[in-house]
Amino acid sequence: MVREATNTLQKSVLWDWLTTVDHKKLAVLYLISGTLFFLKAGLMAVFMRIQLMFPMNDFLSGQTFNEFITMHGTIMLFLAATPLLFAFMNYIVPLQIGARDVAFPFVNALGFWLFFFGGLLVSLSWFFGGAPDAGWTSYVPLASRDYGGLGIDFYVLGLQVSGIGTLVSGINFIVTIINMRAPGMTMMRMPLFCWTTLVTSILIVFAFTPLAAGLALLMLDRMFDGMFFIPGEGGNVVIWQHIFWIFGHPEVYILVLPAFGMISEIIPTFSKKRLFGYTAMVFATLIIGFLGFMVWMHHMFTVGIGPIANSVFAIATMIIGIPTGIKIFNWLFTMWGGKLTFNTAMLCASSFVPTFVLGGVTGVMLAMAPVDHLYHDTYFVVAHFHYIILGGIVLGLIGATFYWYPKMFGHKLNETLGKIMFWMFYVGFHLTFFVQHILGLIGMPRRVYTYLEDQGMDTMNMISTIGAFVMSAAIILLVINIVYSAMKSPREGGDPWDGRTLEWATPTPVPEYNFAQTPQVRSLDPLFYEKIHGDGTMKPAEPIGDIHMPNGSIYPFTISLGLFIAGFGFIMLNMENAIISPWIVIAVGGIITFGSMALHSVKEDHGYHISKETVEQMEKEVGTNG
Amino acid sequence: MAETTDLSKGLPSHPEKATLEGKNKFLGFWVFLAGETTMFATFFGTYLGLRNGTGSGPEAADIFSLPLVFIMTMILLTSSLTSVFAMFAMKKNQFKKMKIWMWVTVALGTAFLGFEIYEFVEYVHYGLGFTTSAFASSFYALVGLHGAHVLFGLCWISLLLIRYNKSGITLTNAPKFYVASLYWHFIDVVWIFIFTVVYLMGIGG
Repeated sequence: MVREATNTLQKSVLWDWLTTVDHKKLAVLYLISGTLFFLKAGLMAVFMRIQLMFPMNDFLSGQTFNEFITMHGTIMLFLAATPLLFAFMNYIVPLQIGARDVAFPFVNALGFWLFFFGGLLVSLSWFFGGAPDAGWTSYVPLASRDYGGLGIDFYVLGLQVSGIGTLVSGINFIVTIINMRAPGMTMMRMPLFCWTTLVTSILIVFAFTPLAAGLALLMLDRMFDGMFFIPGEGGNVVIWQHIFWIFGHPEVYILVLPAFGMISEIIPTFSKKRLFGYTAMVFATLIIGFLGFMVWMHHMFTVGIGPIANSVFAIATMIIGIPTGIKIFNWLFTMWGGKLTFNTAMLCASSFVPTFVLGGVTGVMLAMAPVDHLYHDTYFVVAHFHYIILGGIVLGLIGATFYWYPKMFGHKLNETLGKIMFWMFYVGFHLTFFVQHILGLIGMPRRVYTYLEDQGMDTMNMISTIGAFVMSAAIILLVINIVYSAMKSPREGGDPWDGRTLEWATPTPVPEYNFAQTPQVRSLDPLFYEKIHGDGTMKPAEPIGDIHMPNGSIYPFTISLGLFIAGFGFIMLNMENAIISPWIVIAVGGIITFGSMALHSVKEDHGYHISKETVEQMEKEVGTNG
Repeated sequence: MAETTDLSKGLPSHPEKATLEGKNKFLGFWVFLAGETTMFATFFGTYLGLRNGTGSGPEAADIFSLPLVFIMTMILLTSSLTSVFAMFAMKKNQFKKMKIWMWVTVALGTAFLGFEIYEFVEYVHYGLGFTTSAFASSFYALVGLHGAHVLFGLCWISLLLIRYNKSGITLTNAPKFYVASLYWHFIDVVWIFIFTVVYLMGIGG
């Protein structure tokens, strides 16, 4: 559980959460909103699978199906996976490096609210004539002003707003990890989750800015009659594909690297061994991050860029298999000879390894440019990236949820329900997606809402849909588990797993200042080191004293609200009969945003201090609880 | 942290990085500029890809006028120099001098922006509207984005100068002035690339 901030105790709970700049509370906000978006996009996936259950089914119309594929992909990547990963990055990274908060608590809150309002803007499209329907890649000319409906405008503006949020959060994580580490926490003593967060944040800085540029171009084309993507006037549609994939491919690594980090935390804890090949893991992460930017054209092999470019990008893509292979072997060697505990978190982490290998193998198959012409835009691709995203990122996220839940909410999730959930999820997942490899190879195209009978696709589509049902049942069980455990699970102390890293050295619930005294780090896996060589508690690096804390602020909320209103105003430019002039809406939004920024800039806010006596009092209370 | 720093001997030699907040701002802003660079690179790439797509509209060589762009370049480069003078003054704790140099920077930036608006109006008269061709769209998007950055920088620096008009240099506002001047340099560097890629290549190559 997260404790109320000491200086807002008298104010209402709602106001406290709207204005919070505490990284732990923002993490909870990310977790809740990410989960809601996840459930929404998951429901769309179930509807699509119901439509594909039988040949020539008419459960969904083609238009609705197109809207569902678009929203499913867009929400899952931008509004579900990203915030869920950010939730754990926000909560755990400052604790793991021994910091009191992130470098810019204000910017942290701004990042959350921008993401939230951006997601809200994308979701509003359902109420204004239909969701975007050009796929999550939104290729022109399908998405250009002549062919794409109003939904695309919501996609463009919504993702622009939420993308800015992701960008500022990324900058914040980079500065936090470089500048805010506790004494003795050198870069090569950082837990691997911090390393992957750092590399992911660097990727965000270099990948989300091209996306912002691309979305701006599409917006100019659609709303102000720009000619970027109109071939008749000298424009070029392939430029959009380049810009999108310069962002889009690193985006995959932005999502999967933190999942790698989570696995690298869970496996050593439940193997009772330090991570095998720590240094190799760090460098593999860096290499994957670098190569992630060198491969975007493998999404465009069939465009016709030419054999030289195709070969170069094919080889670069295959090279990524090497650092990823290093990671796979290091996880296996960490488990080798360890004292293994197979609880739900460890089941997720260990089953991540073979599942991810399957996704990697199909990835290398897709990287072969000549054969790619056969796979391109078939269900083989769908199967491949769901093995990466579900088998990699979602398994990592579920594992991390079970692993860090006691730190975040003060109690464990039920293990029996958890294990049932895991097996249902694992079986359902392979049932859904393994047959899709074969469906793709026999020629079933992706993004098509139905198929004819007796083409050898009927049975496999039925199997795939049944698998989707089993998977959804697993997710429902997870929700039940969360409610059940909240009522029944016993309260836990600060270190329920016999952990190795610094987050387990804090008491549960974590006080708002995290560490009463900044810890002195003496080794990799610092808490484990103290358990072996010391008395099991961290040595303080400073005397106990007043703690400086940042004040909460409503400005992150209002800045984001202003952008939401302005974004909606821009969309109104394309509406048939807007009630008021769009320019008034844009102006109101702009004034709210820039006014809040100016007010924040003018007001010097030095924060407040928690006195030494209060700190001692709070530490004593925690001591009796945990 | 500002209050724990020993100020009895005056400001430290690098007031912008003396506190942890200052250090964070310094590093964070550099990272932000890295992102901005990537965004501008995307606009440059788009421009390079579309600059021959003039359709039925005018071409680059028909309309660009080097004397005007040369004056604009000189003005913006000088404004970058004056912001350096301001930072020198800040490090020597000469607040008044810093303010004067910063206001000179703002004045030069405003002059630059005025020339840019004049330039755009001229081009529209020659028949190069935003919607004329892909070349026109990508030109206005790239140069206009730079102009928007100049405008934002002008508002930002002016706001800082007005807000801290009487406060003197403190460990709180030194990082703010410092990152504002970093931003101004960045705008200048982008303009040098625009000068080369858009104007020189447009006329010569």
